[in-house]
Amino acid sequence: MAKAAESSGDPGTTSPRPLFAGLSDISISQDIPVEGEITIPMRSHIREFDSSTLNESVQNTIMRDLKAVGKKFMHVLYPRKSNTLLRDWDLWGPLILCVTLALMLQRSSIDSEKDGGPQFAEVFVIVWFGAVTITLNSKLLGGNISFFQSLCVLGYCILPLTVAMLVCRLVLLAEPGPINFMVRLFVVIVMFAWSIVASTAFLADSQPPNRKALAIYPVFLFYFVISWMILTFTPQ
Amino acid sequence: MAAADELAFHEFEEASNLVAETPDAATASGSDQLTPQGHVAVVVDSGGSYGAEEEAEESDRTALLQEEKQQPGFWTFGYYQSFFDVDTSQVLDRIRGSLLPRPGHNFVRHHLRNRPDLYGPFWICATLAFVLAVTGNLTLVLAQRRDPSIHYSPQFHKVTVAGVTIYCYVWLVPLALWGFLRWRKGVRERMGPYTFLETVCVYGYSLFVFIPTVVLWLIPVPWLQWLFGALALALSAATLVFTLWPVVREDTRLVAAVLLSTVVLLHALLAVGCKFYFFRPLPLEHLAPPLQASSLPPKLLLPPTPRAKAT
Repeated sequence: MAKAAESSGDPGTTSPRPLFAGLSDISISQDIPVEGEITIPMRSHIREFDSSTLNESVQNTIMRDLKAVGKKFMHVLYPRKSNTLLRDWDLWGPLILCVTLALMLQRSSIDSEKDGGPQFAEVFVIVWFGAVTITLNSKLLGGNISFFQSLCVLGYCILPLTVAMLVCRLVLLAEPGPINFMVRLFVVIVMFAWSIVASTAFLADSQPPNRKALAIYPVFLFYFVISWMILTFTPQ
Repeated sequence: MAAADELAFHEFEEASNLVAETPDAATASGSDQLTPQGHVAVVVDSGGSYGAEEEAEESDRTALLQEEKQQPGFWTFGYYQSFFDVDTSQVLDRIRGSLLPRPGHNFVRHHLRNRPDLYGPFWICATLAFVLAVTGNLTLVLAQRRDPSIHYSPQFHKVTVAGVTIYCYVWLVPLALWGFLRWRKGVRERMGPYTFLETVCVYGYSLFVFIPTVVLWLIPVPWLQWLFGALALALSAATLVFTLWPVVREDTRLVAAVLLSTVVLLHALLAVGCKFYFFRPLPLEHLAPPLQASSLPPKLLLPPTPRAKAT
């Protein structure tokens, strides 16, 4: 390396030479050690992180996922324009909500009437295939949201309707009558509007502006059908 | 300013009529091509009536059009995206066109402009299926209020039936129609047959008028229900007939008459079938349980449930 320094010469006196011209004259002498350790500053931290998710207790893992799901529930209940749902999407929340809704909506096995309420599988299929269809629709219209992000948003926004289902179930324990029906109707309508507002807050920005209504209308239809199933639920 | 108005792009009635009459022409608007914005060119493929000096320009433009028309393969996502290439205003315009059919206006040429979409037919059918099931259920609710002996149930299986019926109608009937029209293609000189998607599109949009009709069928006055049904059927069938007329009028009279009457008949069957299945006339339901009750010994009296005979 000393040779290289000599060969670069004085920039002021000699004619300007191209950069690094003397590089080819460098020879590495035998006594310069070129072995050693290359340490990455973050290495130890990454190692710790890796082993920690493997070795941590099951409770920690479950609590971490539950906290993530709970955080997203809060975002749905108080919809603001944030992209937490979009950035770290997960499908646990939609699964929990869909199973809860389907369990509460299914007709009892005792009731073998042909035209009763939906079966468990029917609710499940409507929710998941409805969400997939809406996602495909918005992608075909030219939206720039990914498939699973859209499924995540649509699934999480069923939360207000699941709350409405719980409330309706409680109200149905009381005496049947017109007031009973009015209360249920009011609750379902409010929760339906809440679902639409929440999902629109997350999904509307991903569509081109002249097609927003085309992309939002199927969401409206989807939540309308789920609200209808909740409203017409009659315990046998 | 008047100058600015003159320079703005106006849709001319003559241009759209010209396009409707010469089906091989294609208007190239500025947004599709590399021509400057706002420049509209009507390019006639087969032997146009323009002067010779424009032929060089025309051949360039037709070559450009043909290159652009090379669609991606059917296994790519882009292929299906081309069927959803519509804006909100276009969909609303097409719906309006199906609601107000006019004798001279061909739905496919004037509203679709050779760019059929699948968004309209798909979501109109989905809406109609759900609205049918929901309002059918609502009539049962209203009937139960008037007569508490009627047993109310959510009747969820009707959603499946409605969906399957309507989607089959909108896909299979246009398939048959398209096949038939292509088979008779040799007889016609002027106008080529519609593509399959255009036929599906016409059928899909023509079903839109049934959505408000089904909601109005909630009113439990029978003659009013039949009036609304007849009105909707007339509008819907008129859209179909006015669209098909230019294609079949060159055919023999017999074939044209048979085809048009079959189309109208199938449409009427759909309307009447839906009315009877989803909005069962209440007097029958009301009378049946007492008859059943009186003919059976008291021990075997069943609670009045909707008769299974019609399902």
